[in-house]
Amino acid sequence: MMKVFLLYPDRNFDSKRTLPPFRETLVQDLGLETIFSAMAGGDKFIHEVAERVIFDSLRDPAEILYRQEILKDCLDHPESIQELYRIPLEFLDRKRKQWLWFSPRHSSPGLILSGARQLLETSLDLLRNLRKFAEVHGEAFRSRGFRRLFTMLRQELDDSYLATVETHVKALRFPNGVLLSARLGKGNEGTQYLLCKPHNPAGNWISRLFAAKSPVYSFSLHPRDESGARILQDLRDRGLAKVADSVAQAAEHIESFFQVLRWELAFYIGCMTLKDRLVQLKAPFAMPLPRPMEDCGLMEGYGPLKDRSPAEDGKLKEGRVLTARGLYDLSLALSLGEKTVGNDLDGDDKNLLVITGPNRGGKTTFLRSLGQAQLLMQAGMFVPAEAYKANLVTGLFTHFRRGEDRSMERGKFEEELQRMSQILEVIEPHSFVLMNESFSATNEREGSEVAHQVVTALLEEGVKVAFVTHFYEFARRIMEEEETHLSPCQPHSEHPGLPSSQSCHPLFLVAERLPDGRRTYRIKEGIPQKRSYGEDLYHKIFHPTVQRLTSV
Amino acid sequence: MITQETSTLVSILDPLRGAFYDTREPPDCLSDLNLDQLIETVTGPKQDYTLKPYFWSPLENTEAIRYRQEVMKDLERPSLLSRIKEFAEKMSVVHRYLRMVEKLDYPYHRKGWILEGILLYTEAVETLCGALQHEPIRSEGFLSFRGWLEKYFTSEEFQYLSAEARRLKESLASLRYCVLIDGGKVKVKRYEGEADYSVEVENTFEKFRQGQVESYLIKYPERTGMNHVEGKILELVAKLYPTPFAELDAFVSSREQFLDPTLLAFEREIQFYISYLDLILELKQKGYPFCYPALSATDKDTFVREGFDLTLAATLLKEGKVVVRNDFSLSGAERVLVVTGPNQGGKTTFARMVGQLHYLASLGLPVPGREARLFLVDRIFTHFERREEVATHRGKLEDDLLRIHAMLLQASPRSLFILNEIFTSTTLQDAVFLSKKIITQLLEKDALCVWVTFLDELASLSEKTVSMVAQVDPADPTIRTFQVVRKPADGLSYALSLAHKYRLTYEQIRERLP
Repeated sequence: MMKVFLLYPDRNFDSKRTLPPFRETLVQDLGLETIFSAMAGGDKFIHEVAERVIFDSLRDPAEILYRQEILKDCLDHPESIQELYRIPLEFLDRKRKQWLWFSPRHSSPGLILSGARQLLETSLDLLRNLRKFAEVHGEAFRSRGFRRLFTMLRQELDDSYLATVETHVKALRFPNGVLLSARLGKGNEGTQYLLCKPHNPAGNWISRLFAAKSPVYSFSLHPRDESGARILQDLRDRGLAKVADSVAQAAEHIESFFQVLRWELAFYIGCMTLKDRLVQLKAPFAMPLPRPMEDCGLMEGYGPLKDRSPAEDGKLKEGRVLTARGLYDLSLALSLGEKTVGNDLDGDDKNLLVITGPNRGGKTTFLRSLGQAQLLMQAGMFVPAEAYKANLVTGLFTHFRRGEDRSMERGKFEEELQRMSQILEVIEPHSFVLMNESFSATNEREGSEVAHQVVTALLEEGVKVAFVTHFYEFARRIMEEEETHLSPCQPHSEHPGLPSSQSCHPLFLVAERLPDGRRTYRIKEGIPQKRSYGEDLYHKIFHPTVQRLTSV
Repeated sequence: MITQETSTLVSILDPLRGAFYDTREPPDCLSDLNLDQLIETVTGPKQDYTLKPYFWSPLENTEAIRYRQEVMKDLERPSLLSRIKEFAEKMSVVHRYLRMVEKLDYPYHRKGWILEGILLYTEAVETLCGALQHEPIRSEGFLSFRGWLEKYFTSEEFQYLSAEARRLKESLASLRYCVLIDGGKVKVKRYEGEADYSVEVENTFEKFRQGQVESYLIKYPERTGMNHVEGKILELVAKLYPTPFAELDAFVSSREQFLDPTLLAFEREIQFYISYLDLILELKQKGYPFCYPALSATDKDTFVREGFDLTLAATLLKEGKVVVRNDFSLSGAERVLVVTGPNQGGKTTFARMVGQLHYLASLGLPVPGREARLFLVDRIFTHFERREEVATHRGKLEDDLLRIHAMLLQASPRSLFILNEIFTSTTLQDAVFLSKKIITQLLEKDALCVWVTFLDELASLSEKTVSMVAQVDPADPTIRTFQVVRKPADGLSYALSLAHKYRLTYEQIRERLP
């Protein structure tokens, strides 16, 4: 009954689930820490929530839309949400201040009941506030999630019910003693102790009741009769056992309800904080359009979208989707404190992005923006773009060159291979791999060869790849194979014995460089240039006599 | 034939009711025959019933024996056995309650448990009576018991006991009272329809249950006994409802001894059968045969097929081994079984077996064996050589002779002698002389005897002696088969057989040496 369901339509968020592998790598490579911090606004709890929720990628477009709706509501009514968020915070605050805790399960029922009762007492007015909130703001919220929650609160926590709870909570203090009924068992030993209902909790019901004709006998324990006191306590406890169980379970649930409410709202609060920052920076953001990951299977014989015939049920089968307008690196924008360059991308029906171009041209930034957008979309959030549409992926992986310097140390190559191998251990089809100058620790010939094998294998397994590289050789082969694929008359490739990838549909992107050498940080469609200028210069100046081996 | 009397006393052990079994000492022969061990094993789990005196008292006439055998046959039927065991179980609980009562302090607590005892007792009697009606009983013992039980059950006294106990229990159990506990103060009043609060609270908080939360309910252990607080409360409850408690008072005080003595006797005596049955059933499951021997007080013709030492069988059972079974017989003038053969060959076990069979048969019990015809002996005399006691040579011989002489004086033509390896530590000449003298006296007495000896000549003394020999494996004389068969004594001593095996007899040595 007391279900929050603000992050999932059918369950509460599991905050204990393990985070995916390579989490730290992703954080580092995509600059996610900045994003989390921006969302947290200094609050450690919101930081944790943001991280966990974002890493718990959704795989169903319906779930994403569910969250987007809720997020829209939050963005539309930020003060209300803050007010709502304060309620579970207040509960936890009171709990801490009043030193309320749950007695462990092996404690006596009396102790358990007392602790649970106090916790309930504390919760009552907060539950009432929740319901009032639902009454006041219910209509203004449009998302399914909030509407469901508010309806539930209005229905389940009406005044009469809360009054009943309050009555019980007061009575369970047993201000006038505990009344048990019992029967005689074997040997006339007392048995079947049941807790009896006091007839009038407020008034002096005892005197009223006991004034009746029925006789009453009593005795008192000697004040120093400790064993007698323990025995009475035990008797009391027998009667209270069931009640203690009910109340303790109820208190536990109410607490967990507040915990979950706090958790799930925290995520949206974080989104709201981020949005405020972006508004400050005048940076755009938009709700993305998520596309299912099914139906974008292997690309055998795929033509452009418009040429495909509809499936039997009349719906057009989705292919690969990746379209963006004004996509930028959110982390960079937040760090610099200003709006940064956005890129447009038309990557539909493509499963390989090859990004080349001069150094410091914005290639890494572009790659990061792709990763960030994918992650945030699959968390149900808005993305750093004016528009964004993409398939969902089963996993996001980064394989970035490590280290600032570009000195060619052989040892590093092995390290790169190992990292790639670790990714292959866990990768599933429909994943997305972002490779940033992978295998650049070796020379162009070897590196290209390795890259070619890795990339084509991944593509054939249904994985999408975005590859920033200086390996002209690699790019050249991909281009060649694409041409070969389009003209079936020339099936063979330049490298006999190796498979020519027929499942490769590349999009070539280039970091823009103006004639005078300035970078715009824009990424545009364009075929790779033969060489990066940096390298040219280097070799021209430092090794004028050394022949470059990879001459094409 | 025993006529069925209409008196109230019957005994499942004896057709003549009122037979006394207060034998304080076991008969002397039991330890030599290892029957003391057996009786210990059988009665061990049933200490409360004091069964040993029954096992120490052999019967003296064949009617009594047949009486018991018939009872045992009835009891071997599983349905009857289980009913009796059920009854015994309940009775033992009744005794437990009554023992407990002695330690209780609060009068209504005590009386409450006495009432419980009466309830269980009457229930046990009723159930047993009903059960026996449906059982196909054939033995006189059970038939007369059943008849007596029916009369007891239908008697006015018993019916009143049972009905009144039940009524009282019901009326007490229907009482309900309230206890108000406020700090150290306790108030007790009648229950006047107060509602169960737990249910109401549960319903209110039901909606907060989502998913599985472990229950906070802890298991309360069963409390035994009553403390001073509860005792006080009970006292007050009695004040609240004086009538049922007064009735309880009246009922219990006049019936402190509600257990019928005949029934108590049955409860104890039937365990004589059950305890033995429990042991042999285990052995039967392993394939050992048991039978009801035909007994005669006059005819000494004896015949046993596949008999075995019961104590040894029970011991070996635990080790997963089996004991060898042997036949023997006496007919016409035959009286003495002379058993010879190699050491450790099973001779002593065989002798014990003969003694055990006669003793157990005289208790009216089924005996180990496929088939048995036995003489009902009046007494069993045993003399087993005790090698551990090393007195002086001459002193021991004198003691032994004195003992044997005493035995012979007490013996009658209906006695059985089991003599195991006597005179082994005296000179051969003396042994032969003494043995011949003793056996002559035995034969004159016409007593039955099993004599384990190394003196082959005894075996063929007269037509009254029967030679039995413990067998070894013909291929390898070091292997014993533990079979004891009727055949002439070997002549060849064991030692010589062994020598033969190693080619060390005189002839063999002569042949071997050039």
